Amino acid sequence: MLTVSDIHTYYGNIHALKGISLQVRSGEMVALIGANGAGKSTLVHTICGLIRPEKGTIMFQGAAIHGLLPESIVERGIAVVPEGRHVFSTLSVEVNLQMGGFVHRRNSSQIQEDIHWMFDIFPILRQRRLQLAGTLSGGEQQMLAISRALMSRPQLLILDEPSMGLAPLVIKEIFRIILDLKEKGKTILLIEQNARAALQIADRGYVLETGRVALEGESAMLLEHKDVQRAYLGQKGHLSTVPFAAKAQKRQRSCGG
Amino acid sequence: MNKKDRWAFVGMGLLIAVFPGVALNVKCISHYVDVMVFAGIFSLVSLGLCMLMGYAGQVSMAQAAFFGIGAYSSGILTSRLGWNPWMAMPAGAGVAALVAWIIGVPALRLKGHYLAMATLGFGVIVHIILGEEVKWTGGPSGMVDIPGLQIAGWKLTSEVAWYYMIWSVVFMALLFCLHVIYSRVGRGLRAIHEEEMAAESMGVPTACYKVQIFVFSAILSAIAGSFYTHYVTCLNPGSFNLMWSIRFVLMVMVGGTQSLWGAILGAVLLTFAGNEWLQIFSDFEILVYGAMLLCAALFLPGGLASLVPKVIGVFRNSLTHLCKR
Repeated sequence: MLTVSDIHTYYGNIHALKGISLQVRSGEMVALIGANGAGKSTLVHTICGLIRPEKGTIMFQGAAIHGLLPESIVERGIAVVPEGRHVFSTLSVEVNLQMGGFVHRRNSSQIQEDIHWMFDIFPILRQRRLQLAGTLSGGEQQMLAISRALMSRPQLLILDEPSMGLAPLVIKEIFRIILDLKEKGKTILLIEQNARAALQIADRGYVLETGRVALEGESAMLLEHKDVQRAYLGQKGHLSTVPFAAKAQKRQRSCGG
Repeated sequence: MNKKDRWAFVGMGLLIAVFPGVALNVKCISHYVDVMVFAGIFSLVSLGLCMLMGYAGQVSMAQAAFFGIGAYSSGILTSRLGWNPWMAMPAGAGVAALVAWIIGVPALRLKGHYLAMATLGFGVIVHIILGEEVKWTGGPSGMVDIPGLQIAGWKLTSEVAWYYMIWSVVFMALLFCLHVIYSRVGRGLRAIHEEEMAAESMGVPTACYKVQIFVFSAILSAIAGSFYTHYVTCLNPGSFNLMWSIRFVLMVMVGGTQSLWGAILGAVLLTFAGNEWLQIFSDFEILVYGAMLLCAALFLPGGLASLVPKVIGVFRNSLTHLCKR
């Protein structure tokens, strides 16, 4: 469904993505893991058209979408739940949801219908519908951000760090929701620092490191992979291939063990 | 339009309707009708600027230039080429719209304060052109003998007639703006103001909307400029310099950037301040404006419009208190 091939993206002089290729097939959930600064969010911004890639192609459902404006990419069926949620905090929950359906022009009956559907999935939002989004708790804001993205009826849902800044119990709830969406047949690209949680629910995974794909494969394989365990799952493994492990060791040390 | 707006609309309509009746009967404020005509003209500018600042989150320092483009288009087309003023007005608005579009497209594709910078420069350029193109604009000495307005053969001469005419135009503009704000486009604009990146990833065509609002604000300014020309029937470039652009921004800031009602309130207040109350400061007037801007930014970030609900609340509380007793 989504094929990214050999994407290079720059921030000014900084070469942020150095030839990334990945694939998301219809109906599957793909996890994208990596440390801070690995280029995860840059990749998301590149896919949804907020940044233009210097080189490479992004194909979505058989058509090239790199170089399109963000609004036409949304129209083609990619919705993103941005990192840090970014709900419209001075607008009410309901207006936030209406904003999510923005691309559906004047089809207000469909938007109304979808809002009720969202309220069925997230009953808490129904209780809060007239409240300003900024007054919601972190978990509720994340639910709002997810349902806002679903409002555009996307074929592909991209979640950028949905667990960021949330309490463990709330993270569990959010991941349950994401799994639920997957089981309902949504295609999902899940970007996470919380590698274990992401790999546990995803079908396949990609490990990003300093702008490159360091590793890719089935989630179960990645969960068992020694380097992944060392670097991202906080378990002791054996030293193996040099750059990957050396970096991982450095990272572990700087985190205090 | 929601319920609150409807009440504010009725309330303001009544106030505006009875004002001349009161003012003309009290000698020391009888000339306030004339000041209110200017306030109405400036309200048109501040309405457009409020849409731009409060809803699209951009600042324009060239509103006086667009005002000037409208004013001089009307002046030149009517007095030199003998056009009907009602034809000259849309022509001026068209020129302003075109110019705004040319500046806006590159400046608004960039994020941040590029529009403020571009318009700052543009405003200065327009002011220089108005002062130097002596053949067309009359240069520093300006233009005189510009015809007044006529509606269906009836000449608008009295201040009261002008007053009602201009304020009905303001009301129409206000209705239009309110309609835009509560529409899908308005929601998009507020989303841009809130979280531009999130709005973009929802599919809001941010650059396109910003340009449209900027062009809209330029059109309103130009129309206001035309009315101004035909009201005062003479022009001089001094009324269209940077100081005036700053004043327009100040009107919106003092009134409240997030409220169209505030924009009108700010325009009325600043017009009275400029034409009446601050005359005693003469050259130091600009210091007072600076102080106003500072105070508004520090103590009243929501502008005067944010005070109104508070005042109503206090009033209501004391009323219920009295009734209980």
